[in-house]
Amino acid sequence: MGKHTFKVNGESVTVEVEDDVRLLWALRDILGVRGPKYGCGINVCKACTSHINGKAFNPCAVPVGEVGEADEVTTIEGLADTADGDLHPMQQAWIDYDVAQCGYCQPGQIMAAVDLVRRVRAEDRAITEDDLDTLRNICRCGTYPRIREAIKSASSKM
Amino acid sequence: MTEDNRGGEPGRREVGRRRLLGYLVAAPTLAVAVRLGVDMTAPSEAQAAGTPVPTPPLPADLFDLEDTQNYAAKPTAHLITLELREDGSVHFELPRMEVGQGIMTSTAMIIADELDVPLDQVVVTLAKARPELQMNQLTGGSNTTMSTYYPIRTAAALARGALLEAAALMLGGLKPNSLKTENGAVIAPDGTRVSYGELAGKAAVSQTTAKEAELKSAAERKVVGTPVGRTDARDAVTGAKQFAMDLDIPGALPTMVCKPPTINGTVRSVRNAAAVRAMPGVAHVAVIATGVAVRARTFGQCIDAVRALDVDWAPGLVGHDSDDDVLAELKDAELPLAVPEIPALATTVDTSFTFMFSSNAALETGCTVADVTADSAEVWGGFKAPIVAKQEIASTLGLPADAVTVNVVQGGGSFGRKLFQDGGLDAALASQAFGAPVRLMWHRADDCRQGRVHPMSTSRVRATVLGDQVLSYEQRHTSARTDFGHGYGEMISAAASQLPVGDYSISQWVYTLTQAAHYNFGPTTSLLNELTDRRFNTGAMRNIYSPNTAVARELTVDKIAATMGKDPYEFRRTFVREERSRAVLDKVAEVGRWGRDMPPHHAQGIGIHNEYHAYTACLMEIDTSPATVNRKVRQAVTGPRVTKVVFAVDIGLAVNPKGLEAQMMGGIMDALAIVLTSSVHLKDGNFLEASWDNYAYTRQWNVPFDVEVIVMPSTSEDPGGAGELGVAAAASAAANAYARATGTTPTVFPINHNSGLHFEPYPYSPPIPQSPTNGLDYVR
Ligand code: FES
Ligand code: FES
Repeated sequence: MGKHTFKVNGESVTVEVEDDVRLLWALRDILGVRGPKYGCGINVCKACTSHINGKAFNPCAVPVGEVGEADEVTTIEGLADTADGDLHPMQQAWIDYDVAQCGYCQPGQIMAAVDLVRRVRAEDRAITEDDLDTLRNICRCGTYPRIREAIKSASSKM
Repeated sequence: MTEDNRGGEPGRREVGRRRLLGYLVAAPTLAVAVRLGVDMTAPSEAQAAGTPVPTPPLPADLFDLEDTQNYAAKPTAHLITLELREDGSVHFELPRMEVGQGIMTSTAMIIADELDVPLDQVVVTLAKARPELQMNQLTGGSNTTMSTYYPIRTAAALARGALLEAAALMLGGLKPNSLKTENGAVIAPDGTRVSYGELAGKAAVSQTTAKEAELKSAAERKVVGTPVGRTDARDAVTGAKQFAMDLDIPGALPTMVCKPPTINGTVRSVRNAAAVRAMPGVAHVAVIATGVAVRARTFGQCIDAVRALDVDWAPGLVGHDSDDDVLAELKDAELPLAVPEIPALATTVDTSFTFMFSSNAALETGCTVADVTADSAEVWGGFKAPIVAKQEIASTLGLPADAVTVNVVQGGGSFGRKLFQDGGLDAALASQAFGAPVRLMWHRADDCRQGRVHPMSTSRVRATVLGDQVLSYEQRHTSARTDFGHGYGEMISAAASQLPVGDYSISQWVYTLTQAAHYNFGPTTSLLNELTDRRFNTGAMRNIYSPNTAVARELTVDKIAATMGKDPYEFRRTFVREERSRAVLDKVAEVGRWGRDMPPHHAQGIGIHNEYHAYTACLMEIDTSPATVNRKVRQAVTGPRVTKVVFAVDIGLAVNPKGLEAQMMGGIMDALAIVLTSSVHLKDGNFLEASWDNYAYTRQWNVPFDVEVIVMPSTSEDPGGAGELGVAAAASAAANAYARATGTTPTVFPINHNSGLHFEPYPYSPPIPQSPTNGLDYVR
């Protein structure tokens, strides 16, 4: 059992648990940060998508021992604080387009969407249908068309 | 789309104000109650026939599953209560389950409208299991709004009346009908405002009394019929929305069950329980009826423990069967097609289709929190049939039913899965075995392989055609057993005496009550034969039989049209039985520009479906060009892509057009999966699929670029059912588009089922895969 210190949503946290426990469980079961959802545990459904140092990752596939003191983990709960205003523009777009149905996949969808827009921005171009096709997050409620619309709209506001 | 959906527009028949009975309930603040199930809509009338050979109505045309559910509600229904608090908030416990279909939002809208209170002051929660409601607490059959619309409005109207009376008294003996209500307050003629909160105590009664309520007329509606976003939208996007596994129940530690390597296998013995108990974080290991339960500090440690268990398993009942074995059983069971005598010159159109097993798993797996003690049990989970859950959990634990509390938590999707309480039973058993509270979650692999499947089925159709007439239409659907053990049974037997047909099994009732005659094709029959053996874990998937029967029907309709040399749209226009069908059909043809020029390998397809007192039509455009079909996406199915969808829906009264659009869109995504990409493969006694990289549900790379849902202007004062409504018409449009683009009518669905796996199946032992450790390698 080791002590693991890292930042979650702007605050430094320390968890005492075996190194190989995946970060998703350190967040959900030990720290009580339950925005990131479980949908597969093997990095395919993307329901757990969060950010590490501003980039999307899947904590179900990262041992807590690999996260260090310098690492900043942002979950859906901390996303709004990374932007001006009450909500992140992506969250606002999700509300404007009434994207969520059951909502279970949506924390992961939003975190993945923010990352996609960031990467497209870095290439200094507008988001395309092909870019949207690369999103791997499952939505079993089938909210995909609204997700596409919301991302297109938010990408101009981020 | 806004004004269109409000009742009372010029030219439509004004329905007089309805007066319904409710109760003022003795309570410290205003509380009103009504029975569920009062004053439901009458069964629809059979439509007069046009020129084509008229088809007499099938049972579902006269008295469908909705009527059955509504009828079943009547004699057994008990009271549902609306309560006003001193802060002006209105509270209502909905005896239904929210799984994303938007009923908490639409219920709040109905209350807000009838009571004249702002939407954000209406607090809708989900009721615990209430056995006194009997079959009136089942969320299925897309029935929620239909069965609760009038009861909830009655309660709200009664409350409004009581508030007017209390305010009249308070304002010095004014006449109640000189006052009006607006935005959560009563307004006097001189403009004085008295807020509902101030009146909450004054309007209370000390003795429960029956009272008649007068409902608003359609013209007075302000909220119902307008597009409203989900009331939990903010919680959903901030991570605040809680599902079962997000609840903090003291002492409830993560728990998983090591499931058998064969379907429904059982534990003979565990060889290393002590060693597993000594693993890091592990607190408990115990054999339960469905496997070996482990309880640990984290789910990660549960996964490790499940994988480390060395169990001697007894096999289940499936043996070494594969898809073909089940298909052979279905072929043996197919009912004969018996065409009435036809003229010598008539031609026969014969079709036959196979629909493979598919998975109704939601994104949230089987999840329940349970706290079982020696003499009581409490569970928290997404139960669509909580009364059945309560009974089953009690009998499994050996407790009296009233010692079991079932809390209903919003679910992360359902699609039929949450009608059953498989995870709930596991949780209760594990908590009992451990003597400790558990937060039990199924692993995704178990949700796929041990969870429920929509049964494999075949559908055969025979139609006879003479000149410009269709003389007869027969459909014979044959299915592996569908488990309806969640309570449709009691509901249907409650209503059976009202039904116009003979002595059927539950499955046959459901089938008969959901399959309407869509066309004037002369004598029409649609019959089900269902296998009876129980070796698979099955259940209905969203829209039950209809996505399959509709695909078979609508593909056959295209073939009949071709036999006559007619255009598929024009043909349908001529032969549809109901005006409302024709209207949605015309709408999609017009908006979707039916018949426009399409490039090679591209085509349009069209289909219709009526169910749940509603009418739908769909037009799709598909791209089957090699460049599209052969796209490569890792661990995924690409194939043909539907590029554009136009869908029209006439649901009578659309309570929330925005929510309705979302439901249709979800149904369209399901339809694409059923037709083009997703099934489970049975091989050598097991299902191969174990996760979302195997089960190819619709993904972004399969999604049409353009999806337009048109909500037709209100055609009725009564709402139809929405939750499952979108699937069937969309699936048939996709199938027809594919057939027209490729020139070949597919006979097996999904079309890719027999074209090789896109994945290497995960092992069966250990039963669940380990989580990878290379997640950071993918950070870009
Ligand atoms: S739970 Fe992490 S990707 Fe599915
Ligand atoms: S909203 Fe339910 S899974 Fe996406």
